[in-house]
Amino acid sequence: MADPATKKIKVLRGAAPDLSAATFQIVDESHTIGNALRWMIMKNPKVEFCGYSVPHPSENHLNIRIQMYDNLSALQALITALNDLDSLCETIEDAYDTSLKNDQIERWDEKC
Amino acid sequence: MQSDIYNPRRHVGIHAEHISNVSSNDFPGHYPDEDNSWNLDLFRKKLQVKVNKLSQRSIQFDLVGVDASIANAFRRILIAEVPTIAIEHVYVWDNTSVIQDEVLAQRIGLVPLNVDPSYFEFKSASQEQATDRNTLVFRLDVTCTRKPKAAAARGAKKAEPEPEEIYNHSLVTSGDLTWEPQGEQNEVFASNPPRPTNENIVLAKLRPGQALSMELHAIKGVGKEHAKWSPVATATYRLLPLVILNPEKPVPPQHAEKFQKCFSPGVIDIDPVTKAVSVNEENLRNETMSREVLRHKELEGCVALRRVRDFFIFHIESEGPYAPENLLPESIKILKQKISTIRSAAEQLQVEIEGEPAVEGDVEMAEA
Repeated sequence: MADPATKKIKVLRGAAPDLSAATFQIVDESHTIGNALRWMIMKNPKVEFCGYSVPHPSENHLNIRIQMYDNLSALQALITALNDLDSLCETIEDAYDTSLKNDQIERWDEKC
Repeated sequence: MQSDIYNPRRHVGIHAEHISNVSSNDFPGHYPDEDNSWNLDLFRKKLQVKVNKLSQRSIQFDLVGVDASIANAFRRILIAEVPTIAIEHVYVWDNTSVIQDEVLAQRIGLVPLNVDPSYFEFKSASQEQATDRNTLVFRLDVTCTRKPKAAAARGAKKAEPEPEEIYNHSLVTSGDLTWEPQGEQNEVFASNPPRPTNENIVLAKLRPGQALSMELHAIKGVGKEHAKWSPVATATYRLLPLVILNPEKPVPPQHAEKFQKCFSPGVIDIDPVTKAVSVNEENLRNETMSREVLRHKELEGCVALRRVRDFFIFHIESEGPYAPENLLPESIKILKQKISTIRSAAEQLQVEIEGEPAVEGDVEMAEA
């Protein structure tokens, strides 16, 4: 391990040698990304199982477990899900901007 | 699309003592012979974002067609990870007021400032040198004195005088914070000088002879470190409520008004002639889902209460530098940053793993 302090992701002990089933530990992240990522990984039909946990509230990391069908790479599934999540964000942002520009919005004056 | 919200697959059931069908079921393999895998084009088609209400401090919009995990990610980021500037270091030269240094410092820290955080860098360690790119300096110098002519002006009035009538600066408010520009800050903030968003927050009370003199350093931070850096007062969502009348069992006309009163005002309409009840689609979202209707025997079976699982009504109140309509884009930006950090780490991990010869134990493993 080069420098554990700066490593964002590591593979926890017990992963399958071909990485078709692995638990990844992501540091400095929480439920915010954990649950969204789990949902996106579960949308992949090649994923047999995906679950995440934040093992302890005062430890700043999350574990995400991915098991694949057909001996596919769990790491590849993770990267695919991240790409999909990114395009999801873009789609929502576009839709929001469009609505803000074109929709009829009730504007009101709020007193401080 | 409006009729689509009546698709029972999207419904969470609300019953007298329990809820049902809470979890999302849009996963591959959940329904036989259905795909349900991630499809960006389909998502784009089904996604609906509509801004409904906007004021200078708050925004209300609908986010329809996303999973709760996505909506919740935005909500969590808004509260805890969108950066703002707040006072963190307080150097007290003089404090003879009755409020203790540490209590006053805590109060000052909570004052929301109007500063755009994008100009600033995070001051990573407390030992790190303060520069004009990571620190804003404010002064608080207030002395309370008597108004010399106040007693005479009051004349023979018997009642106890208000402190404001006879003292100068009996109240220290957020408006007393004065900004001291450092380095190039004078030019950068020329159009919008840093100050509290609300100038009337009471920080301390003084009496003649008491004084405050302190230097305050504001730095950039996020809400997960301390709530004073949270850019929102609240960021919440709720699911769209549905009231579904049972066509098999209409509400008895003699109970129509009782039925109407079980719901929030405006949700149920009554036909003045036939006393037939109907749901007002426009006001439906105002329903509080009190479940009052489920308590009455005579109304049993007339109605079903539901919520739409993927219809999020967001309500965000800004408190700080961001205009309310800029908060969601800001949270999307932060989520995308998170994704790209993790992605580059994952890609690097993949290169490391594939780069090594495929022998037993080539996978880099950490101690669990």
